[in-house]
Amino acid sequence: MKKPRVIILRTAGTNCDKETASAFKMAGGEPELVHINELARNEKFLKDYQILAIPGGFTYGDDIASGKILANEIKYKLNEDIKGFINSGKLVIGICNGFQVLVKAGILPGLNSGAVEATLSFNDSGSFIDKWVELEPQETCVWTKGLKETIELPIAHGEGKFIPRDNSILNQLRKTGQIVFKYIDNPNGSIDDIAGICDVTGRVMGMMPHPERYTLGTQHPRWTREGLKEFGDGLAIFKNGVDYVKEKL
Amino acid sequence: MEWKIEIRNRKGVFDPLGNGIKKDIQDLGIKGVKKVNVSQVFIISGDIARPDIERIAGELLADPITESYILGNERRTATKGSPERSRGANSERRVVEIAYNPGVMDPVEESARKAIRDMGIYGVKSLRTERKYFIEGKITEGDFKNICEKLLYNKVIQHAVKERGAKSKEHSNSYKFKLITIDMLGADDKRLMKISKDGQLFLNLKEMQEIKKYFKKLGRNPTDCELETIAQTWSEHCGHKTFRGIIEYKEEGKTKIIDNLLKNTIMKVTNELKKPWCVSVFKDNAGVIRFDEDDNVCFKVETHNHPSALEPYGGSGTGIGGVIRDILGVGLAAKPIMNTDIFCFGPPDTAHKKVPKGMMHPKRIMKGVVRGVRDYGNRMGIPTANGAVLFDELYIGNPLVYCGTVGIMPKDKSFKASRCGDLIVAAGGRTGRDGIHGATFSSGELTHESGTVSSGAVQIGNPITEKKLTDTLLKARDKNLYTAITDCGAGGFSSAVGEMGRYLGAEVDLEKALLKYRGLSYTEIWISEAQERMVLSVPRETLKELMSIFKKEDVEAVVIGCFTSNKRLKLRYNGNVVCDLDMEFLHNGIPRFKRKAVWSRPGYKESENKGKENFTRDLLRILSSWNVCSKEWIIRQYDHEVQGQSVLKPLVGIKNDGPGDASIIRPKFDSKKGIIISNGINPRFGFIDPYRMAGSCIDEALRQVIAVGGSLKKTALLDNFCWGNTDKPDRMGSLVRASFGCYDIAKAYGVPFISGKDSLNNEYSVHGESIAIPGTLLISAISVMNDVTKAVTMDLKEKGDLIYIIGETKNEMGGSHYNLINNCVGNNAPAVDAKEGLKIFNRLSETSKLGLLRACHDLSEGGMAAALAEMAFSGGLGVDAELRDAPCEIKKDRVVLFSESNTRFIAEIRKTDKKVFEDLMKGISIGLIGEVSGKKALRVYGAGGKKIIDVGIDKLKEAWQKPLRW
Repeated sequence: MKKPRVIILRTAGTNCDKETASAFKMAGGEPELVHINELARNEKFLKDYQILAIPGGFTYGDDIASGKILANEIKYKLNEDIKGFINSGKLVIGICNGFQVLVKAGILPGLNSGAVEATLSFNDSGSFIDKWVELEPQETCVWTKGLKETIELPIAHGEGKFIPRDNSILNQLRKTGQIVFKYIDNPNGSIDDIAGICDVTGRVMGMMPHPERYTLGTQHPRWTREGLKEFGDGLAIFKNGVDYVKEKL
Repeated sequence: MEWKIEIRNRKGVFDPLGNGIKKDIQDLGIKGVKKVNVSQVFIISGDIARPDIERIAGELLADPITESYILGNERRTATKGSPERSRGANSERRVVEIAYNPGVMDPVEESARKAIRDMGIYGVKSLRTERKYFIEGKITEGDFKNICEKLLYNKVIQHAVKERGAKSKEHSNSYKFKLITIDMLGADDKRLMKISKDGQLFLNLKEMQEIKKYFKKLGRNPTDCELETIAQTWSEHCGHKTFRGIIEYKEEGKTKIIDNLLKNTIMKVTNELKKPWCVSVFKDNAGVIRFDEDDNVCFKVETHNHPSALEPYGGSGTGIGGVIRDILGVGLAAKPIMNTDIFCFGPPDTAHKKVPKGMMHPKRIMKGVVRGVRDYGNRMGIPTANGAVLFDELYIGNPLVYCGTVGIMPKDKSFKASRCGDLIVAAGGRTGRDGIHGATFSSGELTHESGTVSSGAVQIGNPITEKKLTDTLLKARDKNLYTAITDCGAGGFSSAVGEMGRYLGAEVDLEKALLKYRGLSYTEIWISEAQERMVLSVPRETLKELMSIFKKEDVEAVVIGCFTSNKRLKLRYNGNVVCDLDMEFLHNGIPRFKRKAVWSRPGYKESENKGKENFTRDLLRILSSWNVCSKEWIIRQYDHEVQGQSVLKPLVGIKNDGPGDASIIRPKFDSKKGIIISNGINPRFGFIDPYRMAGSCIDEALRQVIAVGGSLKKTALLDNFCWGNTDKPDRMGSLVRASFGCYDIAKAYGVPFISGKDSLNNEYSVHGESIAIPGTLLISAISVMNDVTKAVTMDLKEKGDLIYIIGETKNEMGGSHYNLINNCVGNNAPAVDAKEGLKIFNRLSETSKLGLLRACHDLSEGGMAAALAEMAFSGGLGVDAELRDAPCEIKKDRVVLFSESNTRFIAEIRKTDKKVFEDLMKGISIGLIGEVSGKKALRVYGAGGKKIIDVGIDKLKEAWQKPLRW
C-alpha cells in the first residue's frame, strides 16, 4: 500500500517541522514540509494529503498571542479547504503551537462550527517551561488508541494553560470524551489538567506536549538510568495516525 | 486617524505577568502593593473605519475567552508628567503606560500588520504596541517612580507615555543628500582627537594620524562615511588589535617582547598540532571541524556585554541573534543546532545602594538577560542546552553575556569565495537607525552616561525575521545559488561588504538598501547595525532563482551593488560618490599597537582552619552559594529540546533536576554520532594567577567532555577573553599570562583552538574611578562522540555500587569555594599536570566506552564534597565514604573535601566490575572511597576515622535549590 501522505504545514516561526516529519517517517508515513504560502498560492493542494500536521514553534513570533496570527490566516485563507479536509474523513494533528492554532481558529474543540470555545493562555508561572510530564491518555480518539496507561512526553511552552469558554463547554468535552490527554502533575494551571483534546469525530487532535520529541530512546531524560528503549512513547501517536489512514482511507 | 485599542484581562482571569511584577516590587523592598495588572495597548494609525477597527480588536487582538478590549480614537493629552491615579475606599490605583522610543524595533508591528492584511483590511500605516500597568495599593509617589524606573521601563529604549504625537515624528523626515567631509588635513593632534571623540570613533591619536597621512597623499579630506568605515574596520571589536599588537611583557623582573600574542599562543597550538579534522580555523566566522563523512560542524561563542548592561533584554537577545548569524555566515551557511549561554552577574542579593549610578541592579539585569535569551533562542527553534552562570561583585558595573551557537553543514558547503562580477544582495531585516556605533561603542569603557550617549547602540531583535531568513538561506544554499555569505554584525554593511570584498573590491549604491523608514543618511545606511541582515554574493545567472525563493517565504532581499576586481571600496548615494577607499589601506593600514604589560603575584589571606571537625555546614553553604546552586529556574525557561536531538539534557537524575556535566546532541536521527558541548570558566583562580586559571578552565571543559563519556580524540576549544582596559599594564599583563596558560595546557593535552573572541575594556567608571571586571576566560569545548548510547550521567544509579575518586587531590585551596564562603581567596590556585591528566582522560574514555561507568561527575567548585552531594541527591541515593584512601598530597580532611585540584572525577562502578576497572586504571592515582547507600544520607568519615559530614540528601538538595527558586 502507498504510504499515507502527511502535509506538515509551516510558516514563519515554525520550529518543530523537521522532527515532526521524522516522527511521521518512522511511523511509516510520507511527510512533506509545505509553506502556507504554497497552499495560499495554489502551488500545493491540501486535498492531495491524508494527514495535516501543524507542528510546534512560534508562528509569527506568537505576537498578539500564541498561534493567533496563523489561526487568523487559516481562517481567512484556508477555512473551506480545512473543513473539506476534515469532512472527508481525513486526520489533523496540532502539536503545541499547532494546538494553539487549531483552538484559536475554532477548529478545536469544534462543538459549534467555527466558534472559538476555548483558549490556551499564559502558564500560571508567567514563564516558558521546558520539562517532562506524565500524561494519562483516553482511548476516544484515533490518535490515542492503545497508548499505555501513562506516557511521558516533554512540554515546552509559555502559553499552555487550557481554558474552556465556560463550564458547559467543559462538561460537553467531558461527556463526549474529547479530553484525550490529562497531566498527572499539572505544570501550567490548565483547567481540569487538560493537555490535549480532540474534536467530536476523534480525527482532529491537538496537544501541548511534544510527542515528536520522544520517538527515540535517547531523547528520554533518564535513559541513562532506566535503560535505553528503542522507541519513545510519542511514536505510537504518529503510528496511530498513519495506521488509521492505511486501514480506512 | 489614530486608534488606540487596549486589551485587558477579563474579570477573574489570573494575570501571571502582573503577578510576576508584584513579586519583583516586593523584591525592591516596597510594601503595600496589593495587585498588579498589565494590559496591552495597540496604537494603529491609518485609514481604517470603525467597523474594521472593531473587527481587528475583537477578532484578532483580544482573546475571546480571557480578554476584552477598550477602543478609543482620541489623542491622549498631557497628564502633567504624573501618571493617572484614582482613589478607592481603601486602596489607590496608579497607572502608567510604557512605549518604545522612536526607532526602536517593535517586533509585533510586522506580524500584526500582516494579520490585519490577512483579514482583508489594508489601510494600516503604522502599528505600535505599548504596555499599561495598573498598580493597586498604598505606595508613595517615590515608590511608584522607583517601580517605574527599576522594573517597568528602561529609558534607553522606552518611555512613559505623557503625550502623543511629538515623538513619533522623528523618522518621518525625508533625507536630502549633502556630502559631508571632515577637515582632517588642516587638523592638529588635538583637533584629531576631538574628531575621534565627538564622532564616537574610538580611534587613538596614532590611528588618526595614519588616516590623515593617507588622505594627505590623496590630497583631499575624508568623507564622514570613509572615516566611519575605517573606524569600524579598525575597532578593537573587528580588528582584535590588542591581541595582534606588540607587547612588552614584564614578570618578576624579566622582560619579553611578544609580537602578536594571538599567533604566539592560541593559534600556535592549532598550527603545531595540525589536526587533520580541523577544516577551517581562525579564518571564517567560526571554527569548523569534521563531523562525519558528509558533514562538518562549527562552533562560535560571542560576547554582548555592553549592550546587555544598558538593556539586558535587548542586549542578550541580539547577542544570541548575532552569534546565530555568525553560524549562518560560516562557509556557505551552517544550520544552527544548539545554543550555549554563559553569564557573569553581580550577586542577586546586592544591596540597592551598592549599585553605581546609571546601572541596573544585578537581579534586574539577570532577569532581563535570561528573558532575552529565552525569547530569541526559543523563537529561533534552536535548543539552548548548555550554559553557566557566575556571580561576583566585580560584575555589578559590567555584566558578561557570552552567547554561543553550534552549526552543521555539508562538507562541500564549508567554504566561500565571492567572485568579481557577483552581485551584492542584502537579505532579511530592513536597515534602520538602530544600532549605530555598536562596534566602536563596545570597544570603549562604560560610564554612567553610556545609557544616553550610546543608546543608539542598543537594540531589540526580531527573531522571526531571523528565523525566516535562516529557513530560506539554507534552501538557497542547497541549490548553490550564491558564492559567499556574511552576517551583518558589528559595523553593518560596512564590515560585511568590506570583509567579503577585501581581496576583490566592491561597489555599493546605498540608496538601494531597503529602509525601515525614510530619513537615513548615506552614512547611517552604511554603518547601521540593524539586526537580522545577511549579505550574499550572488552570480548574475542565479539571481532570479534566489529572489524567487526569498519571495516565496516572505523574506526581503535586494541587490545593493557588486563585487569588482579593482580592490577599492566605492560607495555611491544616488550616483554621488560618498566613499572611495583602498581595500589594502582599509584592512592593513592600521598602525600596530604597542602595549606594556606587567604581571606580579598578588598576596591574599589564607583560610584559617582551627581544628574544625565537622564540615556539614561548610558543604551546605557551598551548595547554596550563587555559583554552585541550581540554575533550574533559568534552564527550564529555555527550550533545550527543540529539534529533538538532545541526548544528555542540562538537568539529569531521578527527578530530572541534577546538574549534568555537559550536554550531548545527536544532529542526525539516523546516526548515533553526537556532539558534546561543555565549558570551563573560573575567574576566582584568575585573582591569584591567570596562568593557572587558563589551565584550569581548559581542564574543566575537557573534564566535562570525559565525564559524559566523550574522548579527547576529536575535541576542539574556543577561547573567549573578557578583560578590563588593556591600556593599563596590569590588565594587559594578566591577559598575557592567561594566554601563556592557554598555549601550554591546550598543547600538552593535544587539543586545538579553532576560534575565539576577545572583549576588552570591560570597565565601569564612576566619578573618574575605573572598576575592572576580573579577567574572565571562558573556554568552550566541542567534541565529536562516535556513539551517543555510551553517554554517562552524574546521578548515582544503584545501592551497593562502589565509589571511586580518580586523580590526586593537592593542597590547592586558592580560589576555592571553601575559601569563598570563609571570606578569603588564598594563594595556591590549582595547577594542571597535563601529563598525568592526559592519562586520566584517556583511560576514563576507555572505561566509558566499555560501559563500566555507571555515573561520573567531574570535581570543580566545592571539590569532592560538593560532587558527592550532587551525585547523591541527583540519584536519590545516599553515600557512605571515608577519606583514608583518597589520594592526596597532604592528609588534611579539609583539603581532600574542598580543594579544587584539576583532572579529578568521582565514578560509580558495579561491584562486579571492581577488578576490570582497577586493572584499567593501573598507574593512575585512584581511591576506592565508599559505596552508594540506600539510606538517603551523605556520610563521610575523615582520614582519622571520625564522621565529618552527616546530612540527609533532601537537606543537601534543598540547600542547593533554594537560592534561585524564583
